[in-house]
Amino acid sequence: MTDQQAQTPLLDAKGVSKRFGAVVALEDASLTISAGQIVALMGANGAGKSTFVKILTGALKPDTGHVRIRGTERRVGSPAEARRSGLVPVYQEPSLIPDLSIADNLRLGDTPVADFQHWVHELGIDGLHLDDMISALPLATLRILDLARALAVKPDVLLLDEMTAALPTDLVEKVLDTVRKQADAGQSVIYISHRFSEIAEICDRATVLRDGATVGDLPITPGVEEKVVELMLGAVLDKDPTRTSTAAHCPEGMPRVTVRNLAAGTKLQDVSLDLYRGEVLGVVALEGQGQDQLFDVLAGMDSPTAGTIALDGKTVSFNHPADAIAAGLSFVPGDRADGLLMERSVHENIALPQLARFAKWGAIGMKKEAATVKKAIDRLQIDTRAQGEVQRLSGGNQQKVTIGRWIAAGVDTLLLFDPTRGIDVRTKRQIYLLVRELAEQGAAVLYYTSELAEVPAACDRAVVIFNGKVVDVIEAADADEQTLMRAAYGLTASAAVSA
Amino acid sequence: MTRQFLRHGWTAGLLAILALLFVFTKIIQPDFGTSGLDSLSRAMLPFAFATAAMAVVVIAGGIDLSVASMMAVAGVTAAVLMDGAGDGMTAVAVVIVLLVGLTMGAINGALIVITRVPDIVVTLAMLYVWEGVALLILNGPGGSATPWLRELIVGPFIVPWLPRSLVFLAVCLVAVWVPLKRSKLGLSIYAIGSNDLAAYRSGVSVGRTRIAAYAVCGLFAAIGGLTLTMSTGNGEPIPGPYLMASVAAVVLGGVVLGGGKGALLGPIIAVIILRLVRMDLTLLSVDPNVTTIVEGTIMVVVVMFGGVLAYRGRHK
Amino acid sequence: MTSETTMFKSVGRFIGNNPLVPLLILLLVLVGVLEFMRPGIVNERWIGNTIKFAIPLAMLAACQTLTMLTGGIDLSAAVAATISAFVMATQVPIVGVPLAICIGLIPAIMIGMVNGFGVAVCRVHPLIMTLGTGLIATGCLQVYQRFVIASGSVIPDGLAWLGTGRTWGLPNALILFVPIAILIIWAQRRTGFGRLLYALGSNETASRISGVRSWQVFLALYMLSGLIAGVTGLLYVGLIKAPSLSLVNPLLLPSVAAAVIGGTSIFGGRGGYSGTILGALILTVLGTLLTLLQMPEGLRRILFGLIILTVTTTYIRLTEQSR
Repeated sequence: MTDQQAQTPLLDAKGVSKRFGAVVALEDASLTISAGQIVALMGANGAGKSTFVKILTGALKPDTGHVRIRGTERRVGSPAEARRSGLVPVYQEPSLIPDLSIADNLRLGDTPVADFQHWVHELGIDGLHLDDMISALPLATLRILDLARALAVKPDVLLLDEMTAALPTDLVEKVLDTVRKQADAGQSVIYISHRFSEIAEICDRATVLRDGATVGDLPITPGVEEKVVELMLGAVLDKDPTRTSTAAHCPEGMPRVTVRNLAAGTKLQDVSLDLYRGEVLGVVALEGQGQDQLFDVLAGMDSPTAGTIALDGKTVSFNHPADAIAAGLSFVPGDRADGLLMERSVHENIALPQLARFAKWGAIGMKKEAATVKKAIDRLQIDTRAQGEVQRLSGGNQQKVTIGRWIAAGVDTLLLFDPTRGIDVRTKRQIYLLVRELAEQGAAVLYYTSELAEVPAACDRAVVIFNGKVVDVIEAADADEQTLMRAAYGLTASAAVSA
Repeated sequence: MTRQFLRHGWTAGLLAILALLFVFTKIIQPDFGTSGLDSLSRAMLPFAFATAAMAVVVIAGGIDLSVASMMAVAGVTAAVLMDGAGDGMTAVAVVIVLLVGLTMGAINGALIVITRVPDIVVTLAMLYVWEGVALLILNGPGGSATPWLRELIVGPFIVPWLPRSLVFLAVCLVAVWVPLKRSKLGLSIYAIGSNDLAAYRSGVSVGRTRIAAYAVCGLFAAIGGLTLTMSTGNGEPIPGPYLMASVAAVVLGGVVLGGGKGALLGPIIAVIILRLVRMDLTLLSVDPNVTTIVEGTIMVVVVMFGGVLAYRGRHK
Repeated sequence: MTSETTMFKSVGRFIGNNPLVPLLILLLVLVGVLEFMRPGIVNERWIGNTIKFAIPLAMLAACQTLTMLTGGIDLSAAVAATISAFVMATQVPIVGVPLAICIGLIPAIMIGMVNGFGVAVCRVHPLIMTLGTGLIATGCLQVYQRFVIASGSVIPDGLAWLGTGRTWGLPNALILFVPIAILIIWAQRRTGFGRLLYALGSNETASRISGVRSWQVFLALYMLSGLIAGVTGLLYVGLIKAPSLSLVNPLLLPSVAAAVIGGTSIFGGRGGYSGTILGALILTVLGTLLTLLQMPEGLRRILFGLIILTVTTTYIRLTEQSR
């Protein structure tokens, strides 16, 4: 009997699928965990991880498939019910109430205070008062509090989503230690992370998602990273390089954009780079290394705390994105929700920058505008069947609209922040081709991507940013994915710095 | 820590302004004393309860435009039930009025949760509904209030300088607010106003909490309506000017539109300040209408100042 | 997926694409009910009257529609209208009609300017900002009244003609309203300014990234709203013929309701003025209908509120389904 129980997996998800309108988020995702295991759930951006997490935690109902915990079917319900069922998630963004004290937050979630304090202590945070307001605490502390709160209710399955992303190294060690101990004590953990080193350190197995389906489930052994990377990438790009020539573009003359010792916010420390006309300069960085601030500053969304930006050798400063646009810098934000007028038409979205200036408040030349918009739509091959509202378009087509708006206006310097996040392979290729084409026509393109495989496909050179600083500049064409992956994960960082 | 200080700092600042205003009042009107305090306090009652009602829903991240109409419903209900009623019946009437208030508020909240129509629109529609209900109950001013109930808010309490109406206000607010704030429901109300996703993930039932917050709002509105009937002696089906005034006092009192912050004390002090300013200007024989200008200007300047501060803070 | 939900969805999509059709149907149904209840009531005279009373409401609702497109609201519009009307009427005996009209419009525009400043520069929530300026303006009006009480007030014949007169059975107010309505409907789609209203209401960050300086738009918008409110006041005083300190105030909440019923989202980015005009007509017809039912005033208000709620709920449900 006990044997039988041991055989039943603690958590068992099979054939889970989910679609949102026309978008298929999950096709066939599975995940099995037995007691005492730590399983890494891995997948590139847009692989369906976050949807899968929502289904596992009961926030969403799957279209097909099932999720069973201890053999009982998981029903959709509130997080409170999820907690009772034994699966407790710790989300990427802290889920503590900012305007309440720690004690009140604990009371809200019926968390045993003594257990919570025990775990906080165990995780290495001291000097905390239960009366402290959440909004006054640093992010790293909040993550730890979130984890401690989850541990305090003694979950059967703990789900950690990018738990270590905002933590300093010493806290990371404590967290990994604690998680491992949890597993040794017979509890299970689903561990989501971008960091291979951590996964190798604590996980037993890795389940890999790609395009909404589970494509592999491997035990963690030395050297398994290569295999996981391969599964995550899907090896589509290797066979089909979009680059027309492998020869790196030779930067020459005056750089279009010169950035020197730029610092902004808490994350961007010291970045210098040169972007030339006719090249695509990649930015390689893990999440949260300061690349967001770099793009924000260049786009005029944010002001730098130190350093300079020069365009064609002339130092500039921007008070508003309008200044940057006037200077020829066009920005495509990473989150499409930040870039699009979701309720408005494709047409209105594309025409927007051309109406922004006060001088353009009057009557619109409808014919001329229609022609410009059509040009952009044609060039980007935007599927306009659902053009009435941008939110009805697929992700790929939405992204084309945010880029198309600058194509329509004429591109000089394009700042692309992760333009291929969560979009289909075909559209991705179209975007690489477009970017290459623009560069060949003399535009300068700064291209951050969270998908490393894109760097050799789309870029000429790439700067690697780690901890807010440029640590390396790579010739993109020569860099294979493994090199890039290691660079991005900071594996070559120390070598580059010491060299 | 700083935020906590800021929150208390705001209330402390309001208290300081209030003290200064009292000193000022005493200077311009040396014989300002118990009777002045009494009438000030009594005039303030409906405003204070309207403000408390509004404050609760604003803390929960909402707004209720139907506060004044709910007060009217409660007022006429009380007047009709108490008309010619004995002492025992009066107590029953009071309980019924409070229940009516809770129900009206809960209906507002439930409609917001169920229809998913923005709270402003729902409570705008309900403003007409409650107004209509009040008119159905009583087509014009009428009914009456039981004398002993009226006396609850007239005259001094124990010591000559303490108006009964002020004690009444304090008792009612404390009786509802303190247990509420200590309870998990109170925490949940702050939580959904502060960050409803985090609240949901912490296991708060967002919809139910929202309905409860609106129900408490209805309860305060009902007490406010009751005090209207208590002070005038009859029921008035046409809503008074309490909607705009309550929003003004709530904002002045440090409750942030959008929710999660503030408490009841600040808004109540703000109500007293606004009433006192009005009285001082009357004493100075300034056109009473200038008072409205002053009230509005105070409110606008405060929120503009606060807006600039918040904007700066975000962009640092 | 059942066929029922599919049908619901396609109805929703249809309405999403043709938002005016259901409103028009609702309006016709209401008129039909009216005619059924009291045969013969729907005649030329009744139509003229309905339009006459719907026009000031529709104009005031223009303030709400335009500000709501950006996710705002203008609760000072009724006060601004009242002030314009009152100041104009009291200035006529002193300075004459043309100058009085100009003087009357100035405070309305100034209210708009203060609103715009607060919303655009200080980032105050429009609801609070316009509520506050409304309060201040009411006070100013009351103070002003004491100074002009002796001079009396005169409604210019022109405005009375515009407000109450008829030509070929149709109210003269259409002479003012039709061009304004056409201008607004044209401007919201075919001018840069109009498009920016939708853009800001839909996504302010996206607009910023595209180079829109939002403060310019907000300032201009609230000033425009003040101006429209002022003109509404002048027209309305011509209709009512008695300037008072709360002249237009009863129209404030109905003006919000008209915009909401007309399909303009209170969160911004969706809707337009043509829907609002239908919304104003629906509310006016509804008012007549409820009066005709000889119900007590209370029941009428209850029905009025419930109908606003039902219409907006249905509308939101249908358009949500289509997403």
